[in-house]
Amino acid sequence: MAAAPAVARPRISLRHRLAERGIDRTLLLLLPAVVFVVALFIYPFVYGLQLSFQPQAGSDAANKYGTGPFATYRLFFADPYLRNTIWTTLKIGLPAALFNVLASVPIAYRMRGRFRGKRAVTTILVVPITLGTVLTAEGLLAFMGPTGWLNRILLDVGIVDHPVRLTHNYWGVVFSLTITGFPFAFLLTLSYLTGIDPTLERAASTLGAGWWQRFRHITLPLLAPGLAITFCLSFVLAFSVFPSAIMVGEPARQTRVISIAAFHAAFEQYDYSMASAIAMIMGAVELVVIGLVLAWRARLYKGATGGKG
Amino acid sequence: MTAVMEAPPTAEEKTPRRVAMRPGAWIVWGSVAFFLLILLGVVSSVVVNSFGRKWFGGWLPKGWTTHWYGATWKEFDLGGVLTVTLEVALAVVVVSVLVGVPAAYALARRNFPGKRVLMVAFLLPILIPPITYGVPLATVLYKFHLAGRLSGVILANLVPAVPFVILVMTPFIEQIDPKIEAAARMCGARTRVIFTRILGPLLLPGMLAAAILVLVRTVGMFELTFLTAGADSQTLVVALYYSVSASGIRAQQETDAMAVIYTLSMLVLLVAALRFVNPTQLVTQIKERD
Repeated sequence: MAAAPAVARPRISLRHRLAERGIDRTLLLLLPAVVFVVALFIYPFVYGLQLSFQPQAGSDAANKYGTGPFATYRLFFADPYLRNTIWTTLKIGLPAALFNVLASVPIAYRMRGRFRGKRAVTTILVVPITLGTVLTAEGLLAFMGPTGWLNRILLDVGIVDHPVRLTHNYWGVVFSLTITGFPFAFLLTLSYLTGIDPTLERAASTLGAGWWQRFRHITLPLLAPGLAITFCLSFVLAFSVFPSAIMVGEPARQTRVISIAAFHAAFEQYDYSMASAIAMIMGAVELVVIGLVLAWRARLYKGATGGKG
Repeated sequence: MTAVMEAPPTAEEKTPRRVAMRPGAWIVWGSVAFFLLILLGVVSSVVVNSFGRKWFGGWLPKGWTTHWYGATWKEFDLGGVLTVTLEVALAVVVVSVLVGVPAAYALARRNFPGKRVLMVAFLLPILIPPITYGVPLATVLYKFHLAGRLSGVILANLVPAVPFVILVMTPFIEQIDPKIEAAARMCGARTRVIFTRILGPLLLPGMLAAAILVLVRTVGMFELTFLTAGADSQTLVVALYYSVSASGIRAQQETDAMAVIYTLSMLVLLVAALRFVNPTQLVTQIKERD
């Protein structure tokens, strides 16, 4: 009998020591999710990464640059038709995300208080989420097309002499991204704004601050970290633009975004190494932009905003 | 922290009602009205076209018909497509809640080495655009002969869904007092009983919110489904996209009719979601995480 506790003690103490650091059987609950993320996200990602370093025999990359590990990347950066997709994507994604965030600030600022019909207005502004890219694209083609209502109105009023071309080019994609992306940015901005304690502004008001001073020196600094996050998420949405770039854009030239290049390589040329390489470059470019924004955000004040908590 | 469901406890602003607005307000509301007007034009162009007989120039179509709805239903086998959409969405919801909620519980209740790394791993699938990981994921799924059928589509859609459930549920669980569990344990409840009788009822509203949001996201998820779906495992969005790219041979009104059906079903889901979730509350919860 004397031997049993002696054997059991180190085991129990180890369990205790682990439990003190927060490791106990509760963590087993994490297991399915971890297995899941590793199997369906990390493994494919790593697989794609190593695939991108193994050019397929007979592919464009292998023919031009051999089967060395960087052939796909060299092809991407040497071929202007591929290389320029980065620039094209940024040229569409950055302004669209920036516009969505900046436009949602004054509107959310107006709507942060309580007023009658607030829920109705919020719902109407959120409805475009349900439209989906295809209906938006179809609608833009019909509404802003050469014979659409918009051009008819413009012609009848006499603002223009001949129909304005707003679809099948850069602007069509930007419009489509605004319609689908704005509600999302607005919702986030509104939630960040309502999280700021309104008494702070009232205190500033008693000290004689006008609305611009209140906004510039009280609300904006508190809102800025939230705006950075909103911009990041809006940019992710705008950066992965795919269906609308094909439908309302000019997918061969002006709006040939990087996701079209990746899709083209994977499912039309069946060159999975090239497609993986493009996908990796796409992820890298996006993470660089987000990293820059988050680095800027890290320099901002991030204390309690005093709101709900 | 406030619960996800609760009405906002914000201190109300006691501004007196003014009839005349300041110029700033006029500009803001004017641009909102302009945006909504454009939106109305975009949506009604599609709706009008889907009911129109022929529409070449002119303010309105020549005549009205509901023919296109029947035609698109038959031609694209929308009954089958809707069944697939429903199957995929329900499977994704059930699995993501079953996998995500326990993980969120562990993340909310324990601090352990490597927790930050884990959180980043759970955040990445939401932060990285679907096409970026969708292409390698589809390649892997094709390698294991899972893509092109229902199971592949479900697996691909789970990738952003599980982290999303974790992200929504973690703050929700954090605001449930751990003393309640401790008290139950004092009274002799076992872990299983605590989960089914104590935590289950408390978590139900949060799980419902997460489930509905996942449902909306999955029905609307284009890229991942597009990359992994085969001919008989298309969801409504993907069928819609294909009908656009094949519009040369079919009447455009059929596509528009299908787009209207899609939007109506999304609208029903979103209105249902907004009844359970206050969207402006949800995001604040996420913000407080970091």
